[in-house]
Amino acid sequence: MAPFERIADITGAIRSGRASAVEVCRTFLDRIHQHDAGLHAFLTVTADAALARAADLDRRRAEWNGMALLGVPVALKDNICTQGVATTAGSKLLEGYKPPYQATVVERLLAAGAVLVGKTNCDEFAMGSSTENSAFGLTRNPWALDRTPGGSSGGSAAAVAARMVPAALGSDTGGSIRQPAALCGVVGVKPTYGRVSRYGLIAFASSLDQIGTFAATVPDAALALKAIAGHDPRDATSSPDDVPDYLESLTGNIRALRIGVPRALLTAGADPEVMGAFERALARLAHEGATIADVALPHGGLAVAVYYLIATAEASSNLSRFDGVRYGYRTPHADSLGTMYDRTRDEGFGAEVKRRIMLGTYVLSAGYYEAYYRKAQQVRTLIRRDYDAAFETVDVIAMPTSPTPAFPLGERVGDPLKMYLADVFTIGANLAGLPAVSVPCGLTAGRLPVGLQFTARAMDDATALRAADACERISAFELPPSNAY
Amino acid sequence: MAADFTPADLVRVARLARLDLTPEEQDLFARQLAEFLAYARQVQDVETRNVPPTSHPTGAACPVRDDLVRPSIERDAVLASAPEADAAAGLFKVPRVLG
Repeated sequence: MAPFERIADITGAIRSGRASAVEVCRTFLDRIHQHDAGLHAFLTVTADAALARAADLDRRRAEWNGMALLGVPVALKDNICTQGVATTAGSKLLEGYKPPYQATVVERLLAAGAVLVGKTNCDEFAMGSSTENSAFGLTRNPWALDRTPGGSSGGSAAAVAARMVPAALGSDTGGSIRQPAALCGVVGVKPTYGRVSRYGLIAFASSLDQIGTFAATVPDAALALKAIAGHDPRDATSSPDDVPDYLESLTGNIRALRIGVPRALLTAGADPEVMGAFERALARLAHEGATIADVALPHGGLAVAVYYLIATAEASSNLSRFDGVRYGYRTPHADSLGTMYDRTRDEGFGAEVKRRIMLGTYVLSAGYYEAYYRKAQQVRTLIRRDYDAAFETVDVIAMPTSPTPAFPLGERVGDPLKMYLADVFTIGANLAGLPAVSVPCGLTAGRLPVGLQFTARAMDDATALRAADACERISAFELPPSNAY
Repeated sequence: MAADFTPADLVRVARLARLDLTPEEQDLFARQLAEFLAYARQVQDVETRNVPPTSHPTGAACPVRDDLVRPSIERDAVLASAPEADAAAGLFKVPRVLG
């Protein structure tokens, strides 16, 4: 096993003097140097700044107390603002943009002692399920280089899977943390809406977006979540509730845990190998004492349509700020203000972003608002009520995270609707604002990872993590993808 | 029930969205948006009488704070991100608006 495999290995080695933060940082920068040419998980590697930061941590020993991520290298999805470090959201429109401020999650990671090593690739403005919509090239899946890592946070998932960082942050609007985590064989946590501040996250769909964590194991993902969670007056949607110690909730005990499985929804078309791995994991959980029960999510089949009506509407509004005036790209081909706006946006945005802005603008436009947007918001209420009803009888809901394992690069690029259907099991948690965790639960015959997703009640992130941790302990899942990593 | 998505709708929406689409993009998006909207018809068939819309998942009231003057990001740092700006004058610059 490679050294510094877990966060506790890293912080323990530094605290005890067995390694310096600089040595840890060099180890991971070497791994990035070795693997990223073939994977392209990173858009920016801040090697010099990372080493300087690590050296600074080594000197400031008096401040180590309470630093839960002391010397831990972390990567950030490139839609999270980093002061003075390029932040593109995978878009040509923001090429070269260096934010004048730090996202709250970045401030919190630094306060916890983390070392930021770079920014990871993603679908443009987090719109996609394969990371193929990045303006800066695709990312490859470490398990099979001809396949997608999923998306939109595919760079963060691939970086953790290839052990280039022990933890990374992503954002999840309809599954953009959990689906790539599943496809790359790592853990991905989408916290409760409001649990983590979004100040400094480049907005896609504000009633759905949430920042969360990736790591190789549930305890490490929980540790990183604890570091970034909590109230922030700069994000009006952030919750004032106290943040529990998520590590303490990982007891391994699921004797009284009631796990609901929405059987009717799952028949809608999950890959047989995915269902096989899922069922075997459920059987192991039952063997550990959990109760497995059928639950109904009657409106679950509508989630994809509802989501793409609501998310695109919000995106069309959020992305109106990209007009060539205040940041990023401006067309050289305009002699009037109006033409400058229109051409900047057409030249700066990629096809998927324009498609979503068009759809969102349409469903909000006069004559269609009631029929599409308001109707979707009403069905969103019904979807929320389905979860409320289910959680009266169970503590968590289990589903495969993705209906398929990692799909070949290029397979769905020309078929947006097929790409959207990749999100069928993940979207519900966003529409209802619930916490959900994807944990690896097995491999297909072709050695592709399968993820199992636990969804819990709002603000009960701890129970979703406890279930995922128990699943991880009893899974026969081999990590990492190959000896190469 | 909303009507079919037409090429005229596409031109109207591109105008609202401030996108100067190429003819190829217009053809592609007209087809793809029509396909998605056909898929989304299932939403319109759901009975939603007396169901309130959800615009926000927490349902929490919007918090308020005192309206106090506080330090913000330095103007020069903001202007440094702009594609064109007159830093000395403290202005963003855009193409001429009036003849």
